[in-house]
Amino acid sequence: MSRVGRIFPELIRCLFSPPATVDFPKSEVPVPPDYRGKPVLIQEKCTGCGLCARDCPAAAIEMVEVGAKRPKPAFDYARCAFCAQCAESCRSDAIEITAEHHLAAYDKEGLRWVPRYEGTKEKPAES
Amino acid sequence: MDIVLDLVRILIFPGLLFAVLLSLFLEWLDRKIYARMQNRVGPPLRQPLWDLFKLLAKEDIVPERADPFMFTVLPVLTLAAAATAMLYIPIWGPESAYPFWGDLLVIIFLLTVPTMVLFLAGWFSANPFGAVGSFRTVIQFLSYEVPLLLAVLTPAVLAGSWSISDIVRFQQTHPWAMAAQLAALGVGLLALQGKLERVPFDAPEAETEIVAGPITEYTGRRLALFRLSTDVQMLVGAALFSNIFLAGVVGPWYLAILLFLAKIIFLVGVLAALRAMVARIRIEQMRAFSWKYLVPIAVAQMAVIVLIKVGVGV
Amino acid sequence: MTKYNLPVGPQHPALKEPASFWFKVEGEVIVDVDIRLGYNHRGIEKACESRNYIQCLYLLERICGICSHAHTTAFAQGVEEILGLEIPARAKYIRVIIAELERIHSHLLWLGVAGHEIGFDTLFMYAWRDRETVLDILELISGNRVNYAMNTIGGVRRDIDQAKREQILGMLDPLAERVKFYTDLVTSEPTCLARLENVAPVPADKAVALGTVGPTARASGIKVDVRRDDPYAAYAEIPFEVITSERGDLLGRAIVRLGEIGESVKIIKYALQNLPEGPLTVKAPRKVAAGEAVSRVEAPRGEDIHYVRADGSDHPERVKVRAPTLANLFAVGESMKGAYVADIPIVIASIDPCFSCTDRMIELVQSRTGTSSVMTWEELREYGIRWYGHGHRS
Ligand code: SF4
Ligand code: SF4
Repeated sequence: MSRVGRIFPELIRCLFSPPATVDFPKSEVPVPPDYRGKPVLIQEKCTGCGLCARDCPAAAIEMVEVGAKRPKPAFDYARCAFCAQCAESCRSDAIEITAEHHLAAYDKEGLRWVPRYEGTKEKPAES
Repeated sequence: MDIVLDLVRILIFPGLLFAVLLSLFLEWLDRKIYARMQNRVGPPLRQPLWDLFKLLAKEDIVPERADPFMFTVLPVLTLAAAATAMLYIPIWGPESAYPFWGDLLVIIFLLTVPTMVLFLAGWFSANPFGAVGSFRTVIQFLSYEVPLLLAVLTPAVLAGSWSISDIVRFQQTHPWAMAAQLAALGVGLLALQGKLERVPFDAPEAETEIVAGPITEYTGRRLALFRLSTDVQMLVGAALFSNIFLAGVVGPWYLAILLFLAKIIFLVGVLAALRAMVARIRIEQMRAFSWKYLVPIAVAQMAVIVLIKVGVGV
Repeated sequence: MTKYNLPVGPQHPALKEPASFWFKVEGEVIVDVDIRLGYNHRGIEKACESRNYIQCLYLLERICGICSHAHTTAFAQGVEEILGLEIPARAKYIRVIIAELERIHSHLLWLGVAGHEIGFDTLFMYAWRDRETVLDILELISGNRVNYAMNTIGGVRRDIDQAKREQILGMLDPLAERVKFYTDLVTSEPTCLARLENVAPVPADKAVALGTVGPTARASGIKVDVRRDDPYAAYAEIPFEVITSERGDLLGRAIVRLGEIGESVKIIKYALQNLPEGPLTVKAPRKVAAGEAVSRVEAPRGEDIHYVRADGSDHPERVKVRAPTLANLFAVGESMKGAYVADIPIVIASIDPCFSCTDRMIELVQSRTGTSSVMTWEELREYGIRWYGHGHRS
């Protein structure tokens, strides 16, 4: 039963074939089109109901004042777990799950996304 | 003038500098082949050198309960012994830098020094992993040393000389000798794998069991010297085998050096494939393997060689 | 022979997660072992009590990076039982498909780790390379490679359409080929055999007495498998074998796991080919009426148990998780006695331990007096302030 070098042919085959890995970022392994990546808000559709924030398991969604009738969701991708629950909970299809997964940023602020100001008056200066 | 030549030989070629650079290259080769066999990319050529520089720059820690004198002396000693062995190895022709009638024995002796140092290194580092590693180092040493000696003696007996130059010349005039001692080469390579503590005989420094064995507590430049010493030992082993088993080199010095390189690259390739092919065996399995297989094969080989010698009358 | 103590952990190259093993060793032989857990306590059960059921799913999914589907399935089943929901047939089949993909993924990962622990790094690299196939399939179905997030209360969240079905079926056969190769390799390579055969055996009676589950039990000839004994999801309708081995040693565990990959491939194929039509979910209310349920799932490592108690609100009153490693760990401690120091890593690895999944509590033991105590959060906080305030650490 015992046999030395059962793996040897495979070793030689691998020695002369290209590596199994790819040289990121020069090339990369593609993700499927319906990959669960970055959730993005389609602000026009959003009614500001807050259901997404209620179900987000990672507290990555914060409802922020944008000067409109109701607050809108702001995303913190540093917290996001990419579960896509927000898109499922939203009744207005206002959140789209994209295949985007290159999210690296230099600081935490770079991973935050805040909805644009919708009010009629000038946007108040950030304090 | 002689002094200058000696210094050049000891410090630059074929001594310390040459040995270190070539052994770093061999380390790269070994890692690269190993990686490619595993379908990985492997390190770039400069990696071993960068690793060395990195370690040299790292913090140097001596554990409180360890022996500071030993901690300083041992790493230097192991590298010095290994690099000295290079002086006796023929590289550019059948003659080494300092050929004499017993250089084969000197190399074997010099190669045992790092093993002993390793034992002491673990012993004096006041660490349970180091202690276990030290014991294993000794057990392993006692297991592979006999077959290694027998394997190395085989070509010496066949050529009737302890001198590497004589053995090389003998094989160059009697090429069949290389075929006659193939089994000894096999035993020798396995024993060398044991000496270098590489898979499957890396129980003395098995990472997943005892962290790094005897050198667990060594850091920074001390660790760098130990690692360098292992590389140089691999170089010495491969270079020695290329001479006494593969008939050394001939021709003008530049061709000779190329031939030398080709032979050690081949041997290191074999060693790398060996470690890619198997799992690590336990220390008592190593001992059993050595006495059950390596020693009998080496003895049988020796007997065959003696018969040939008597029969052919060389 | 010299006697000494050998600490393995909390930090040690053989351990992928912190746990502490104190070995009493004579020469190279292990005489006794003391296991300490608790380095990974994350308070997940408590955290569940302040989250709604939907959020709990994603939190529980992260108990383990590998059996993530097993934990959500167990939890979702528990909640569905309290709610009296019957999930659609298609959802059941998809749960099975994901569970079996997860099993393949977990067992291949284990094979690699086991290879690494016995110093066979080539096997490690190859096994993990081929594991990519399963991860790709999971990514294709669920949109993620590790946390699939497929379960929801009342069904599954994503469908497997015809095109994906074809694609997956095409990827499974080469994978099954590779698994055959590994089975052959592990059972024929002399160095592998030397490290696995007759090492730390757990005989059948001991396996029962120590309460082992999953592949660890099956490798000792105990035919336990929640999928067969207490079928959930669609397992009652799908034909499959429960792989066992009489060996009880490490080789037996390897053979069982590799055999299970083969079975999983068959199950997935069957499920994909017989996928019933229909909806993916039934509507589940957000608030769960008072009640409690215990739910069992065969995770790759063995039986995973979840207990859920609901109080009528939208978050659980209590969630309790028993991960399979906890059940198997005692067998490790027992079988280790008489083994060699060199066997430590592979024996620990042989139950495929997952300490993060296991650590459910911390017991505070005074190391000097050995008395244990229960502290409230406030007390613990004050104790911490006192400890650091007294200059135990600068
Ligand atoms: S994907 Fe999940 S974690 Fe991320 S924002 Fe949406 S709900 Fe929150
Ligand atoms: S659930 Fe949808 S509509 Fe409601 S706040 Fe969130 S994104 Fe807007």
